[in-house]
Amino acid sequence: MAAFGSGSTVSRTFAPVRNWLLMPTWLTVGIFMLLPLLLILVYSFLTKEFRGGVIWEFSLAAYDQFIFDRGLFGDAEPSIEWTYINIFLRSLVQATVATLFCLLIGFPTAYFIATRPPSTRSLWLFLITVPYWVNLLIRTVSMKFLIRESGPLNQALLGLGIIDTPLEIINTNLAVQLGLFYSYLPFMVLPIYASVERYNFSLSEAGADLYAGKWTILRRIILPSIKPGIIAGCILVFVPSLGAFLAPDLLGGAKTFMIGSLIEEQFKGNAGNWPFGSAASMILLSLVLFVLLFYARSQAREQL
Amino acid sequence: MDRYAYSKRFDVKRYPGFLLITMVCLLILYAPLLVVMVYSFNDSLSITKWGGFSLRWYVDVFTGLEAEKYKRAAWNSLSIALMAATVSTAMATAAAIGMVRGGQFKGKSLSFGLISIPIMVPEIVTAVAMLIFFSTIGLTLGYGSILIAHIVFCIPFAYLPIAARLQGIESSYEEAAQDLYANRWKTFRFVLMPILFPGMLSGFLLAFIISLDDFIITNFIKGAGVETLPTAIFGAVKQGIKPNIMALSTLMLLFSVLMVSLSYIIGRTDRSVDSKSNKD
Repeated sequence: MAAFGSGSTVSRTFAPVRNWLLMPTWLTVGIFMLLPLLLILVYSFLTKEFRGGVIWEFSLAAYDQFIFDRGLFGDAEPSIEWTYINIFLRSLVQATVATLFCLLIGFPTAYFIATRPPSTRSLWLFLITVPYWVNLLIRTVSMKFLIRESGPLNQALLGLGIIDTPLEIINTNLAVQLGLFYSYLPFMVLPIYASVERYNFSLSEAGADLYAGKWTILRRIILPSIKPGIIAGCILVFVPSLGAFLAPDLLGGAKTFMIGSLIEEQFKGNAGNWPFGSAASMILLSLVLFVLLFYARSQAREQL
Repeated sequence: MDRYAYSKRFDVKRYPGFLLITMVCLLILYAPLLVVMVYSFNDSLSITKWGGFSLRWYVDVFTGLEAEKYKRAAWNSLSIALMAATVSTAMATAAAIGMVRGGQFKGKSLSFGLISIPIMVPEIVTAVAMLIFFSTIGLTLGYGSILIAHIVFCIPFAYLPIAARLQGIESSYEEAAQDLYANRWKTFRFVLMPILFPGMLSGFLLAFIISLDDFIITNFIKGAGVETLPTAIFGAVKQGIKPNIMALSTLMLLFSVLMVSLSYIIGRTDRSVDSKSNKD
């Protein structure tokens, strides 16, 4: 976040017109982003209209529907409704597993690249980042094509005689995790790479001189030193995974429904429920803000 | 000699298996894209069997039954990306100068927060927020609403490289211009902008790619009848992956790679200019 302001060189040239320079951005983001976010909060407390849209009447129905089951006509004894809570829990688990996957593959990759000679380093980085710039939809569709039941992956494995029956990866949790991993892996590699690049390898030497083994050095010296990079990478993968829509929608099935799909469903066509979708969005947004606040606090502690 | 025996026991930088994992990583990243590229040249109606090399699906993209639809979608995507990137880069440049060169002022961190909202909020929430907002104020969904949305979420992406570049530029250039009686606009146009230009260019390219890439937000607020390339492809894929989609995907993929390579090369020449000016 160093790029956000706090320049050390302060000239007075543009200071008098500062507000005029910032005004277009303030207005644009304020009107078309901040105001709409506040509107979601308002909508989540309104009454649903049956053909999509809302009636301007205060109601807690959206949040109530999230937690309680009151029967088809709303007069039954309320019991806990697990459907939506489970979707949120599943999303949390999926995002966590995808983050761990990314860490497991991303850390060694980042470390490997950071220890290359400077001349080849930027080429390795380039190779890692190129797929990220390819359209996310196209990447997800490509993944679907590769792993579907009669797809090239299964054909190759069958052809090589490694398996007898095609692997059923598509429409499973594994497929969704693979999609999330594939979508956000560069977000894990880049911050860890930046940390390893700044790591002072004489610390490793010192550890070796004191008879520490390779893996002890990794665990006790390297990992603690690059912790900020690891945390940043985990957050950059976890946050977008939590609200992901394309990977669960294209690679998953009914059993892998995540928050993103739940929200999308509430706003498509006439069957939707705008207040309920707004409430789900608010809950997702709170989860994300919670993670970001946790990150900001850990950063602040790091700097003390 | 004995002292070195144990420090030379192993190379502390190297870990066994890390090269292998890096290769696995690259394999996972590239395999799906390469497979789609290869199958886009498949001369067969079936997407499963290989029927020899052919360019028929590329011909189909440009002249087939759905060619008109994809052409319109491509036009929408490119024109929106171009305008959104231009407008957001202009706003982000002004904002970056205000933030980095504006001195300390009240509400500075609030201002940072505001600019970075579109990056921090999950895309699906942004999509919902904009849909609700546009329908509340009664704006008809379509080309206009897509353009507004794209300008908004491109701002932070354009802002970051520009602000980063601006922080690396000493303010003595502007002060010198001011001393020579240049007004504020001339100071920006003839002194600051030429030095800031690489930052503005990478901000523009980033915003352009982000806009072309967007599916979720566009899908929510596009309204009926207006499609961009991602929404058109998504609609087609819902009915199954057809070979012409693979050809179209390959074309878009190559376009992205071209853009990234371009910004990579610009970044490199920019750095060589920097090191030269440092030597002077």
